[in-house]
Amino acid sequence: MSVFVWIETFGGAAISSSWEALGAAQSIAEALKTETVAIVFGEDSAAIAAEAGRFGVARALTCDAESLSEYRLESYAALLSKLVVDRKPDAVVAVATNRGRELLASAAADSESGLISDVISLRVADGSIIGTRPAYAGKVMMEMTCNTSTTFVTVRGRAFLPPLPDASVLPTIETVAPEKIPAQLQSTVEELVAELGSVNLADAAIIVSGGRGLANNPASAPGGISGEQANIWKAKDGFANTLRPLADVLGAAIGASRAAVDAGYIPYEHQVGQTGKVVTPDLYIACGISGAIQHQAGMRGSKIIVAINKDAAAPIFKLARYGIVGDLYEVVPALTEALKKKLP
Amino acid sequence: MHVVTFTRSTPDTAAKVWVNEEGEVTWGDIATVVNPWDEYSLEETIAQAKIFGGRSTAIAIGAELHNDALKHSMAMGIKNVLRVDEVGVDTGDSLVWSALAAGAIRKLGDVDLIIFGKESVDVGSDQHTYQLARRLGWTMLSYVSAIIETDYVAGTIKVEKMLEQGKQIVSANLPAVVSVMKGINEPRYPNFLGIRKAAKAQIPVWSAADLGVDTPAAATRALRYMNPPARDISTEIIAGADLEEKAAVLADRLFEEKVL
Repeated sequence: MSVFVWIETFGGAAISSSWEALGAAQSIAEALKTETVAIVFGEDSAAIAAEAGRFGVARALTCDAESLSEYRLESYAALLSKLVVDRKPDAVVAVATNRGRELLASAAADSESGLISDVISLRVADGSIIGTRPAYAGKVMMEMTCNTSTTFVTVRGRAFLPPLPDASVLPTIETVAPEKIPAQLQSTVEELVAELGSVNLADAAIIVSGGRGLANNPASAPGGISGEQANIWKAKDGFANTLRPLADVLGAAIGASRAAVDAGYIPYEHQVGQTGKVVTPDLYIACGISGAIQHQAGMRGSKIIVAINKDAAAPIFKLARYGIVGDLYEVVPALTEALKKKLP
Repeated sequence: MHVVTFTRSTPDTAAKVWVNEEGEVTWGDIATVVNPWDEYSLEETIAQAKIFGGRSTAIAIGAELHNDALKHSMAMGIKNVLRVDEVGVDTGDSLVWSALAAGAIRKLGDVDLIIFGKESVDVGSDQHTYQLARRLGWTMLSYVSAIIETDYVAGTIKVEKMLEQGKQIVSANLPAVVSVMKGINEPRYPNFLGIRKAAKAQIPVWSAADLGVDTPAAATRALRYMNPPARDISTEIIAGADLEEKAAVLADRLFEEKVL
């Protein structure tokens, strides 16, 4: 009996949302009256396991063999699957990042276990783990459980709180052997281009988002640029010089509507909505976004929504707690100034 | 050389989807569309097959509803389509899905590359993509934003992958399973000839027995569907003598809400 939690690492340190997964794992372990076991693979895994100890984890399984030094699904999944098959945990929990999703799904397949992905809340009833998760891009919620002895769970970022630090625990660390040697791996990471300084939308507490309205920039495009190209120039200028200053004051990430992405105003990584990212920040400021149902699917879980739009009839106002009817190119700079005066 | 993609019919992205009084998910009379993420995988499959003069196949696992997605695939330019139908396949369980999908790939026998869209919007998950790769024992390359190079003679592929922390260039041996992001290409529109061809197409249907697969029991169970909690929002349109005053009032409100 145990609950495994995979502590995802990047560059030799735990990613912060791993501790949210730990919080979720501990709530299941408590309900099942069992212990939480941290699973840490890769470089500095012992130090990271010790860090997990400060969040109350008493036991950890680690492996820093060469085949695991750089994350690759094949080596990580092979070892996690082996640990699950050998030790039969009641649950395996990770945060639903790109890697968390693929690793847990793979190990669930290897061990013929059920997986409940992208969970936003968890409970235990009669010994069964029940997860609540969105379906149909958040238009519908569902409760799901597993019929198998191990339940795999990925938790959505920002849905669970990390545990309170508890300095008294020194975890027992068990080093396990890898399942693969480097020569067996079928893939090679040739290059990593880290984008430092960019705020991850899924982790962001505040998001400033822009839509098609960004093209109504009063600044004029340089000579020789006209038509749709001029709109693209204006919108890009708006993201960089109107929305970005507000985001910087707030420490916010920049989001965008599908309309803005499809029009070429901003790269796809910023898209919020049904075919973009689903986000749940504390504060979502929608600038020049009308609020199509596809966009709503991606941001309706935000705690406070602010809408800034010229069109008082835009659907986004129905979702917003606060609204200002007006030109974003006038409202956003004024709001940036007002917040600058108040924020330290 | 054979490239396969999986697709399915899902409600239109603009459709309102809700849970009715019987507790079932419905989207009224609105027609389904091809899963929006699959537009990109279909385009990428057609392009990959074309470069190397190979075959392209689209497979749907599920009930007759998914014929629409297969016809859309053909109309875009996918050469072969087939559907796998079996009792219990529409529960959305990814282990059942991936067992049948793996059976179909093994029956085809000559597949080098499988291309998925990032996820299925109906089940709201991508887990079936990884689980198919595991069941086949193939390399999985997820969140791919560009296929840089494929060499079917040497049996290698090189891709650009998106991470939360940036981008990665990864090379791998074929056969492989790739899942692609929006933005990897500009999906083509179905053309008139393609639509006519698709309308006349007979779609072969394979059962688990045809595939020689013992369908596993579902590992997951949906207990109930719910409408998201209604947001009880009273919208305050910020009033003020001028823009500065409105902005100051809004800033005050955001402090009162403790979201800053």
